[in-house]
Amino acid sequence: MPNQPDLQLWLIPVFPLIGAFLNGTLGRNWSKGLIAGVAIGASALSFVWVVKTLSALGQLDTAHVERYFTWIASGDLNVGFDLAVDRLSSVMLLVVTGVGTLIHVYAVGYMDHDKGFWRFFSYLNLFLFFMLILVLAQNFLLLFVGWEGVGLCSYLLIGFYFLEKYAGDAAKKAFVVNRVGDFGFSLAMLLMVVQFGSLDMTKVFTAAKAMPVEAQSGILTAIALLLVVGACGKSAQVPLYVWLPDAMAGPTPVSALIHAATMVTAGVYVVARSSEVFLKAPLAMEVVAVIGLLTAVVAALIGTAQNDIKKVFAYSTVSQLGYMFVGLGVGAFSAGIFHVVTHAFFKALLFLGAGSVIHALHGEQDLARMGGLRSKIPITYWTLMAAALAIAGVWPFAGFHSKDAILLAAHAHAPWMFWVGVVTAGLTAFYVFRAIFLCFFGEYRGHAHPHESPAIMYMPLVILALLSVAGGYLPIMDWIAPLFPEAHEAHDMTLVLISVGFGLAGILAAYYVYVLKPGTAEASAARLGGLYRAIANKFYVDEAYDAAIVHPLEQGSRAVLLHGVEQVVVEGGLKGTVAMVRGFGGLFRHLQGGNIRSYAVYALLGAVVFLGLMVAKGGSQ
Amino acid sequence: MPQLTAVPLSWYLILSAILFALGIAGFVFRRNVITVFMSIELMLNAVNLSFVAFSHQLRQVDGQIYTFFVMVVAAAEAAVGLAIILTVFKNRQTLTIDEVSSLKN
Repeated sequence: MPNQPDLQLWLIPVFPLIGAFLNGTLGRNWSKGLIAGVAIGASALSFVWVVKTLSALGQLDTAHVERYFTWIASGDLNVGFDLAVDRLSSVMLLVVTGVGTLIHVYAVGYMDHDKGFWRFFSYLNLFLFFMLILVLAQNFLLLFVGWEGVGLCSYLLIGFYFLEKYAGDAAKKAFVVNRVGDFGFSLAMLLMVVQFGSLDMTKVFTAAKAMPVEAQSGILTAIALLLVVGACGKSAQVPLYVWLPDAMAGPTPVSALIHAATMVTAGVYVVARSSEVFLKAPLAMEVVAVIGLLTAVVAALIGTAQNDIKKVFAYSTVSQLGYMFVGLGVGAFSAGIFHVVTHAFFKALLFLGAGSVIHALHGEQDLARMGGLRSKIPITYWTLMAAALAIAGVWPFAGFHSKDAILLAAHAHAPWMFWVGVVTAGLTAFYVFRAIFLCFFGEYRGHAHPHESPAIMYMPLVILALLSVAGGYLPIMDWIAPLFPEAHEAHDMTLVLISVGFGLAGILAAYYVYVLKPGTAEASAARLGGLYRAIANKFYVDEAYDAAIVHPLEQGSRAVLLHGVEQVVVEGGLKGTVAMVRGFGGLFRHLQGGNIRSYAVYALLGAVVFLGLMVAKGGSQ
Repeated sequence: MPQLTAVPLSWYLILSAILFALGIAGFVFRRNVITVFMSIELMLNAVNLSFVAFSHQLRQVDGQIYTFFVMVVAAAEAAVGLAIILTVFKNRQTLTIDEVSSLKN
């Protein structure tokens, strides 16, 4: 586009990259203050640059694209290193750098005693770099670079305490499960190349826009469904959600930044970004909505029976991501993205608050050994309460606005989706407040000496709490709505009241069960019997995957690859080659006996043969 | 050079071949290092002889120049070779070629 100002978009991701590089190479010998300064400085500079860029761009009615260089040129396919900002990515940029900076600040306090301080901040900055690439990318391949990069950082940070076996296992699980999704994503890209001859988003979406809506199936449906596979991996949707709860093995700020606020919303972002493709593929939209709904319900159910405070919030993340998918699937893209933003606020806050609790209790994560912390860590308590009210969808907190927008759109699409969503909202309120009540009310059941976290930790909590309270009034929906077709949603007061009512009912139920009549929970759990056991054991999904996929894969590998390919083909081939070489060597080694005179005889024989040949050939020139 | 015209080229070559064969035989069958060494000299001189003979026959001076080169190299080789033989004998008290084999294997 002509006459666009050059805004140096590339600086946005480069700041954290420099920070990651400095801390990663030199940080080992630096003081903690310097490391923290570099890391926070890098992400804050990035945030400042985002704000500066957006203020320079003003209304941003059309996307601002900056093309830097050709990355891959192969035949007709041309992939450039191009970055772009439009209204959608501007929202994501602000969330990623803004919440990211807050979490960096918090992490300085949380990780204070850790020996891997420099390593942690290097990874965290690297994550920001890849996440910003993902958001800024103007073509799918560059987006995929960011996509894989955040996956790598996620792996590194889940496995941050790599001396513990569970951390390494969780990291591997996250990585492997994400590969399944990434495979779908790569296939989607290949289909785009075949169909459109380009990976540039503008070109792909313009071409998709010109195509007719596919009633049943077609190339766009295929592309969209493959993108959904990718999004399911990254955004932890059924059936690929299993890695996210385990990912809580990483340090808590990581859970807040990567596994709640930013990376896991990448799938939602990609689907919203590709809305032109999805709008032509109603089948894929329906799949997105159903997957989202299923995820929301399943994760919410499991969340009610978890005893690790981080696990509770992890399942709640999965469940909320499901909500976002429902929003996308029913065509309310802007509502889905709005929920991404508000969720980033209150879920980051929930995790950071949980981290503050864990910090106060010297590493205790079990809800059964908490309780009565209300007066001991009041700032954490009040901020966590704000986050819990937000996620429960209580007016006027942030979660109310975005969740309601999604539920209303779901009602317009199919009423049964609304009802399932509302029940899930009630469940959500129930299990989040279960955690809050178990943690802060009643008698203290542990043995540590709780202490409030330092200011560097509770200041980000307070800021995020303010955002969780008031974030719902940010005009995000209006800002990004023009990017998507108009969603016809009527503001039906009854439906709003119903959903809030379910939320409040969930809170009250939790209050009754865990504060007024402690012990009810155990009794009702006993009465539910098998159902409760199934929920507490996460519906045996991990076990089922083990039995259905992991175990056969292992056995098959052992039988075919180890005993077959490795031992017979590879080792046999290798041994055969060795035997051949040894045999020939055995023949020729006798020639080289180390006896000079025998060498002289060979030379003589050679000369005789040579002369003989010359004579036989007749000496012709 | 009238006195040489009486001797045909083939005689020189046959003599050269005989000398060369003697050199090879000495090199291959004798065990004394000095004898082997002398055999090498013999082979070199056999070649020198054929060079000079051809040079005369073809009326070209190249062969004689090469002969000088060979003689210079042979002299240098003799100097170095005899020095090595002397040192070996000092250390090993032997001149038998098969016994000087510590680098073997």
